[in-house]
Amino acid sequence: MAISVQYMGVNEINGSLVVLDNVKDASFEELVELKLDNGTSRLGRIVEIEGERVVVQVFEGTNDLSLKNTTTKFTGKPMELPLSKEMLGRIFNGAGKPIDGLGDIYPDEFEDINGKPINPVSRVYPRNYINTGISSIDALTTLIRGQKLPIFSDSGLSHNKLAVQIVRQAKIADEAGQGFGVVFAAMGVKNDVADYFKAKFEESGVLERVVMFLNLSNDPIIERILTPRCALTAAEYLAFKHNMHILVILTDMTSYAEAVREFSSSKGEIPGRKGFPGYLYSDFASLYERAGVIEGSTGSVTQIPILTMPNGDITHPIPDLTGYITEGQIVLDKGLSQAGIYPEISILPSLSRLMKDGIGEGYTRKDHQAVANQLFACYAKVNDARSLASVIGEEELSETDKAYLEFGRQFEQNFINQADNEDRTIEQTLDLGWDLLCLLPKQELDRIDTELLFQFYDSNRADRFRKMKKY
Amino acid sequence: MANVIYSINGPVVKLRDTKDFSMLEMVYVGKNKIIGEVISITSKETTIQVYESTTGLKPGEPVYPTGSPLCATLGPGILSNIFDGIERPLKNMAKNEGAFIGIGSDIPSLNLDKKYSVDITVKVGDELKGGDVYATCQETALILHKCMLSPMLSGKVVSVKDNGYYSVNDTVVVIEDEDGVKHDLTLCQKWPIRTPRPVQKRLPIDRPLITGQRIIDAMFPIAKGGTAAIPGGFGTGKTMTQHQLAKWCDADIIVYIGCGERGNEMTQVLEEFSELVDPRTNKALTDRTVLIANTSNMPVAAREASIYTGITLAEYYRDMGYHVAIMADSTSRWAEALREISGRLEEMPAEEGYPAYLPSRLSAFYERAGYMINLNDTEGSVTIIGAVSPQGADFSEPVTQNTKRFVRCFWALDKSLAYARHYPAINWMTSYSEYDDDFTNYYNEKIGKDFIPMKKRITALLAEEANLMEIVKLIGADVLPDDQKLVIEMAKVVRVGFLQQNAFHKDDTFVPMEKQYEMMKVILYLYDKANELVMRSIPISNIISTGIFDKLNRIKYDVPNDKLEMFKDYYKEIDEKIAESDR
Repeated sequence: MAISVQYMGVNEINGSLVVLDNVKDASFEELVELKLDNGTSRLGRIVEIEGERVVVQVFEGTNDLSLKNTTTKFTGKPMELPLSKEMLGRIFNGAGKPIDGLGDIYPDEFEDINGKPINPVSRVYPRNYINTGISSIDALTTLIRGQKLPIFSDSGLSHNKLAVQIVRQAKIADEAGQGFGVVFAAMGVKNDVADYFKAKFEESGVLERVVMFLNLSNDPIIERILTPRCALTAAEYLAFKHNMHILVILTDMTSYAEAVREFSSSKGEIPGRKGFPGYLYSDFASLYERAGVIEGSTGSVTQIPILTMPNGDITHPIPDLTGYITEGQIVLDKGLSQAGIYPEISILPSLSRLMKDGIGEGYTRKDHQAVANQLFACYAKVNDARSLASVIGEEELSETDKAYLEFGRQFEQNFINQADNEDRTIEQTLDLGWDLLCLLPKQELDRIDTELLFQFYDSNRADRFRKMKKY
Repeated sequence: MANVIYSINGPVVKLRDTKDFSMLEMVYVGKNKIIGEVISITSKETTIQVYESTTGLKPGEPVYPTGSPLCATLGPGILSNIFDGIERPLKNMAKNEGAFIGIGSDIPSLNLDKKYSVDITVKVGDELKGGDVYATCQETALILHKCMLSPMLSGKVVSVKDNGYYSVNDTVVVIEDEDGVKHDLTLCQKWPIRTPRPVQKRLPIDRPLITGQRIIDAMFPIAKGGTAAIPGGFGTGKTMTQHQLAKWCDADIIVYIGCGERGNEMTQVLEEFSELVDPRTNKALTDRTVLIANTSNMPVAAREASIYTGITLAEYYRDMGYHVAIMADSTSRWAEALREISGRLEEMPAEEGYPAYLPSRLSAFYERAGYMINLNDTEGSVTIIGAVSPQGADFSEPVTQNTKRFVRCFWALDKSLAYARHYPAINWMTSYSEYDDDFTNYYNEKIGKDFIPMKKRITALLAEEANLMEIVKLIGADVLPDDQKLVIEMAKVVRVGFLQQNAFHKDDTFVPMEKQYEMMKVILYLYDKANELVMRSIPISNIISTGIFDKLNRIKYDVPNDKLEMFKDYYKEIDEKIAESDR
């Protein structure tokens, strides 16, 4: 261990950045420790070096710092997270320090929180589907082990409830039920939200399998940039060293992106769209790509990032860039929520890119892909029929369009809508899908090949279904 | 004065007071010798972009010049391989370093140990000029690799080895140039990635690249040696379309560049292609494919280079006389890499933060496509198909707009089609191909004289439907007169039965030109027959109720690609159903 040099005072303070001069032997992205006169200390990271001038980003903010009252120590290594299996059941702050009062963990190893890119050759293509028991997800946007599938939401929608239901019902573990864990990273969320998750985890008895990293909305903003990195480092460690199946929940990515923007502007970088830095895509990718299955390990990292779309706008840079990196998205919709439907998943813009290889014969059921395609196609037509009905009135519609209206209503009320403790099997979900498709005339089902149609289509199904259901 | 690092900012490293470097020279940076490239030189400062993570780098660490620009190594062993953006073999890196990519690994691009059975095709005394083939070897079961003299060299053969087994770096031929200097020729050569490989001349474009995708081949064809862009928001199926083209198009070689995209997608290509068999040759698809994977979390500067590495490999195989197609997924990520580096250099930004040289870089890239006569008199082509990921699916953003100026084929992917799971989600109203006229001869000779008129009718039908839909949205389809209802019904058959194609169906994933032609013909036959009835005021509902429209929608599934004689039955059935409706 090299003796580290300490530097007295700083030369400049600007937002979360401090500048030191005459620094020798500093390395890029090195971790630094700033000690204040009052005995407290803060962590920072070198973000720019120019000769002997070093720019340090202070994670806990620069409040109370003056040009004289600090001593800076360079640690000689990038920021690392101590790791151990004991992390399960523990709570950490955004920078990876335990805050549950149970003391430090005894680390088995340390790992750079920035991680390293997974070699595409070493990835195993994710194929094992996760049964969440939620019809709209299982049938239409199937979640696959090792996938990154974000929830695009808005304030006031039930993204948290949905995430909890997924955690509770997801049969993510292998048959033995072994090695299942959750890593929960809160970035800039309200105290209530963090408590809600904690209470729900406790309720469903998984709390001792959860690692929590909390950076709440009143915590230092720059620390928010570290939170997902710490969480993913822990997730990778548990998944790839201990062969566990880890579900990572990152909420709220919008707050994270705003922290990145704040940091960027304090560095004086040229802003891109809506003031976010030009490298936001690469920055997001360095988080989202830390999901998957790799060779040489039986574990997996599955990510469910949650983000709120500012003003419900899906073309805002945050959802937009996220959608370009993640393998699909689950979009929540205010309209459905107002109609009293839970989960209010807006089917058409939702997508799971990996589902095509993880469903069908041998995984779910051979008609799965066809049913999903047909439900999407039909539901798309429901919208056309509805807009027509709003102009000329429902009475004037053709028989087919009326059938679509009924299909749309039933689909929303009975397929999308389900209770937050209702756990449907994939058979139930697909059968329900067929019931709904049978409400439509046979010739409308143009996405299903003739053979399957012969096997499953039965107009009596529709009658039975109508009798059973209220709407 | 030693060359040492002065400042570090992300992937940009600066040196002071040195005159040892030249523009675009490749350099090794720091103790770990990570690879970089010189991108600007002033009397005071030399700026280097670094192709790996700069974490842990310190000022004062040395920088080593190499004296040559960033080069790709070209030789047997490229095919069925997967490289990162600067042509490092990812499989070997995984073997050496495990599942995560470390820094500073300097692994030779090609397997140096593997021996190829080499035939020497020259003898002592032969005069060789640049591009001439001096040795061949079977690189994969499908592709014969031709070792060509570097375009920079020429001379007389002074010694040759016997035919036999040699590895990439073994000298097989020695030539002596005009100045009496001897050059050892091995199986491989180097070429700077940013310089196009020279050709004799560019030929006019006259034949399509057949892709087996109906909306492309029949409506918006692309040429061998042509350029196309696939713009679309996320989830509209850019990558899916690129995969389909890479699997089924009739190029000899595919270069697939995953530029700043998802890691799992590259894994999928790797897995799928090794299982799939090329329908034309019955050999594994990997035998003709090379992958360049610089996923979104790999260093951004290498992402910028990956496009050039890819096209250099493509040009090399073109020089052997092959038809090469490049899938670049996605050029927007490449443009963003330019923007990111430009930002770090504190250059004055133009539109939306992109550097002012974005259009010139884009055009320089797309102009490397073409149908060429090579230096060695063979003919070959490079076709570029670039995906564009516009921010917020807004096609007015700079990358889409500039790309549009330099490509001749524009396949616009549409969100609403994708939402309805109509794939490929290529919008027939906003897409175009400028190659139509170039293929007139090809269509008339190879497909049928009536192909072009049929195509025009289908385009007109879809345009008419689009107009009618404006009205239908307001008042419903029921009130339209029967001839207009027929247009809507027929356009639906075209959309659902013809344009929409199921990539997961064994027969529908690839459809030969002959079947596409027959499908168009039978659809238009029905249109004509039905039109006759409607003209005689026979209600269209009569025809609809026979289910014949529905039947035509299913041709794609019901007629296997090798049983085109089944189409005869359809004409018979149409005649019957029409007669049935005529009451």
